[in-house]
Amino acid sequence: MQRALTLTDTAIGKKVVMALSGAILVGFVIGHFLGNLNLYVGEASMNGYADKLHHMPVLLWGTRVLLLIAVTLHIVSAFMLWQRNQRARPVPYKMRKDIATTYAARTMYWSGPIILLFVVYHLFQFTFVPESGNVFANVVHAFSHPAVAAIYIVANLALGFHLFHGVFSAFQSLGANHPKYNQARHWLALLITIVVAGGNISFPIAVLTGVVHL
Amino acid sequence: MSDQLLNLTLHVWRQDGPTDNGHFETYQAKDITTHMSFLEMLDVINEDLIEDGKTPIAFDHDCREGICGACGMVINGRPHGPQRLTTTCQLHMRQFSDGDELWIEPWRASGFPIVRDLCVDRSAFDRIIQAGGYVSVNTGAAREANEIPVGKLDADLAMDAAACIGCGACVAACPNASAVLFTSAKIGQLAMLPHGQPERQDRVRKMVAQMDAEGFGSCTNHEECEAACPKGISVNWIGKMNRELIAAMATAKDEVEVRGK
Repeated sequence: MQRALTLTDTAIGKKVVMALSGAILVGFVIGHFLGNLNLYVGEASMNGYADKLHHMPVLLWGTRVLLLIAVTLHIVSAFMLWQRNQRARPVPYKMRKDIATTYAARTMYWSGPIILLFVVYHLFQFTFVPESGNVFANVVHAFSHPAVAAIYIVANLALGFHLFHGVFSAFQSLGANHPKYNQARHWLALLITIVVAGGNISFPIAVLTGVVHL
Repeated sequence: MSDQLLNLTLHVWRQDGPTDNGHFETYQAKDITTHMSFLEMLDVINEDLIEDGKTPIAFDHDCREGICGACGMVINGRPHGPQRLTTTCQLHMRQFSDGDELWIEPWRASGFPIVRDLCVDRSAFDRIIQAGGYVSVNTGAAREANEIPVGKLDADLAMDAAACIGCGACVAACPNASAVLFTSAKIGQLAMLPHGQPERQDRVRKMVAQMDAEGFGSCTNHEECEAACPKGISVNWIGKMNRELIAAMATAKDEVEVRGK
């Protein structure tokens, strides 16, 4: 039976879905990081910010639904492309040498699932079953445990690598590629990675070193 | 240039046919001059095998001057071997040192089934071209060559893409065995020229659909293809192909039919 070709039939189209859903998720992690900066301002600021969000249910739930859709599309497309790529080289090379690729690019299939597991853990810890209604205290308590802090640091390293290759790659997947701007693409990916992952990692370190305390 | 003779240990993939499992066999390459090309070195090994009544190593080659795209094998993990911008036939033994141990494998991709030893069937590339990598012109008296003006820069860029010899090193180098560098070069070449405009939107959709149907993987932007390409085709063509496909899907007046699932 013949039918019309659609963009998402193609592997390129699935990459477009990955890039667009990824862009939403990048926007979220930047916003999430900026909100978390309240931790450095103090208890009142952090809890006031959390309170404000909870008093805007349309924005809060709208964002949550959008994120859930983006995460689902991102994971489903990634899985379909992964399956295609597995089938594309059934017999591996005895020896292969990479020349151009980066550590971040090679570990996308690892950093992605690590981030997913972490997000589930993170949601349980602070959203589904929070310790108390005091967000600031919950965060400081949690990060006072070195093991919990370590989980956050490792997960954000994975996020950093994923962001670096993801941001760089998304432009190419969308065809937004030009020799004039390719270097800028690279710097933008590095900037977002350092600000978001580096910033997020600073929070547990700040609690462990006593910079942020109750 | 040294006149030193090399002694090498070769581990060569031997496979009796498409259905055979295949295995590595080890050969000693003795007294190889550094002036030989890699294929001439294999010719020497094959002469010995023939003399011993054994089956020679099968490998593809044709022009042996780096322009036809017939040759190609993965040498120590790199398509066409260690020298950049060089096909296997133009790779010379001076790139290697005495005592080197070399692993020689065919392109590995389900889109390129192995015919025998180091020979793979690259007709998938032909089918991608057949799907749309052409321009339709009415036959008859030849038209005046300068009738259609082409900008110098556009002509140069089209030529950059047209430098692709279809050897398949991009597929071989890609961690996902993706054929996007080849396909994008062929699409991009014609998209740069006025002659390619009438079929532009059809071309990109049909060639991409055929590329997927051949079982090649997807692009994950490792850019290994560009690094392995003997003609230095840029990954910028991949971005251009993505742009072409998105535009065609969004604006084409007709549909491209594919076989339903």
